[in-house]
Amino acid sequence: MLGTTACGSRVDDTGEAAADGGVESCVDTSGDSVKIGLLNSMSGTMSISETTVRRSLELAVEEINADGGVLGKQLEVVTEDGASEPTIFAERATKLIQSDCVAAVFGGWTSSSRKAMLPVFESNDALLFYPVQYEGLEASENIFYTGATTNQQIIPALDYLKDEVGVTSLHLVGSDYVFPRTANAIITAYAEENGIEIVGEDYEPLGSTEGIQTIVNRVQSSGADAVFNTLNGDSNVSFFTQYANVGLTPETMPVLSVSIAEEEVPGIGVDKLEGQYTAWNYYQTVDSPENEQFVTAFKEAYGDDAVTSDPMEAAYTSVYLWKGMVEKAESFDVADVQEAADGVSFDAPEGPVTVDGDNHHIAKTALIGRVNADGLIDAVWSSDGPIDPDPCLEGYDWASSMEKDETYC
Amino acid sequence: MDAVLGQLYAGISLGSVLLLVALGLTLTFGQMGVINMAHGEFLMAGAYTAFVVQQVIGGAGLALLIALPLAFLVGGLLGVLLETTLISRLYSRPLDTLLVTWGVSLVLQQLARDVFGAPAVEVRAPEWLRGNVEVLGVPFTTGRLFIVVLAVVAVAVLSAVLRFSSLGRRVRAVVQSRGLAETSGIDSRRTDRLTFFIGSGLAGIAGVALTLIASTQPYMGQTYIVDAFLVVVAGGIGQIRGAVLAAFGLGVLQAFFAYSQSVSTAKVLLLLCVIAFLQLRPQGLFSVRTRSLV
Repeated sequence: MLGTTACGSRVDDTGEAAADGGVESCVDTSGDSVKIGLLNSMSGTMSISETTVRRSLELAVEEINADGGVLGKQLEVVTEDGASEPTIFAERATKLIQSDCVAAVFGGWTSSSRKAMLPVFESNDALLFYPVQYEGLEASENIFYTGATTNQQIIPALDYLKDEVGVTSLHLVGSDYVFPRTANAIITAYAEENGIEIVGEDYEPLGSTEGIQTIVNRVQSSGADAVFNTLNGDSNVSFFTQYANVGLTPETMPVLSVSIAEEEVPGIGVDKLEGQYTAWNYYQTVDSPENEQFVTAFKEAYGDDAVTSDPMEAAYTSVYLWKGMVEKAESFDVADVQEAADGVSFDAPEGPVTVDGDNHHIAKTALIGRVNADGLIDAVWSSDGPIDPDPCLEGYDWASSMEKDETYC
Repeated sequence: MDAVLGQLYAGISLGSVLLLVALGLTLTFGQMGVINMAHGEFLMAGAYTAFVVQQVIGGAGLALLIALPLAFLVGGLLGVLLETTLISRLYSRPLDTLLVTWGVSLVLQQLARDVFGAPAVEVRAPEWLRGNVEVLGVPFTTGRLFIVVLAVVAVAVLSAVLRFSSLGRRVRAVVQSRGLAETSGIDSRRTDRLTFFIGSGLAGIAGVALTLIASTQPYMGQTYIVDAFLVVVAGGIGQIRGAVLAAFGLGVLQAFFAYSQSVSTAKVLLLLCVIAFLQLRPQGLFSVRTRSLV
């Protein structure tokens, strides 16, 4: 037996140390409330996006508390600022787990923030709920990924371009960091298998705009049927401005973007984006009672101008999924929650989602959308129901030759 | 051939953006020796001026024409405020100035975030600045062409002011020999403030121009500040013709590097070129010839 419990008793206190890691959790579930941690960037460049995720997390917590809490306990929120710095994310996560003794942490946005936090959650045997679509090829026991992995966003988008738009050649444009590089490696492997020609592949340094004109020149002269866009943030403004000004349109050469959601549309300009494609699993326009309730509650809390987007919805859903897992396990204990996770489902605003206990991702429906004149995005195509997550792309023969991280894949 | 012309236009466009951003710095850094890290935020203030004017007036074309002089005023006044309250106490302490103005830049960014919100705002370009004109059969977008024209006009006006006006003579006199200028009856403090007003005002104008091609958000100044200093240093500190040559030279070089390599590699190659160049000519393309012994 390993020492005594660090700071409080546990619901399922069996007198044994935590199952595998040998790390004793200090989560206190003896009172009528339980602590959870929200860790998002409230300052720095990423605060633009992460502030909205924080709001949706808080909305979900308020709703759950008003409805009686989780296992009869009210949720007590401890917030931390990740400050757009991966090292600060790791440090704040450690603090939330070890000093605040939270039962679960919700947050993170960039892949670098997730990669920095991953060893913290694994070595402390704690839980992180990560709400953003990402490049896949990862599946930690200690992270639940509630955004899309590549086979729920990028691959359906490629299927759509190939089958519905009839695209036979693609130009890839992205920001120069891990997500676009990995996404484009997957796209290239897919293209080879499906007879699509990749006529160009260009990267702009993150946050920069200087090379955009060159990239648009190349795109224009490449004669591609469509552009697959993984540019992030402000580079998109320059890209779409230049794109429209040289006379390229959604009709002549459509652009499909995977990092532009409802929040980003006004900053880029509706007139430049109207008719262009996006790939996500949720849009504000999704027609369901759950979504109507979500959008109404969000606007009530944050004003009529507030829009809802995919990462916000995935964050909102992540709190409910954790609640579902805890209630199924009848325990806040990490090992119990992990064990109970498989099959937990929730009628999310995007539609029904289900947790996959093996890879900790969730089954989601892919939606291809087009930006409309109001700056919102209308779904023009949807997959046949939720797609099972396949972060390692094991179900795709053409992906077998790709380099994968052997820790998880 | 089309590709070469297309890249040449990209280079000219990039050069004119760099020039417009760096022009104010040739005055404040080049002539006065003040390292103003908040120069980028004056640019941001200019861009938000364009946004506010557009919100008030509505019509994009008229708003742009009003925003240009107004942004000059806004940038200039911010500059004078910074000069009188902080920088004037720190003359001949360049490192302290650098730190203080960097702090000011952070404050201004947060201020913009609080007032306008963190996400980018849209400044609509007027109808006549959307689309493109064909020059020698290759499209040059009108928004970028407008920036080229604006940069050329700004250089011409600034050169004329420095060369022919009494204000210009005073500025040059103070730069060349502060002590002698003062004994000749020139109020050097007033001249400093005016120089700073013009230099910061030019940043405001550059900000308005950037709304045509890039995003308007609180951090936009950060994107350009380093490149702007690069132009000033490579061109020869305090030299307008040096800044012009350096800006277009760097712009065109980067555009051609970017076409043959990737954009990231182009940036590396460009910086290597500048480093090599400064090894050979530490004073930059042009240098001030003075009779002083320093």
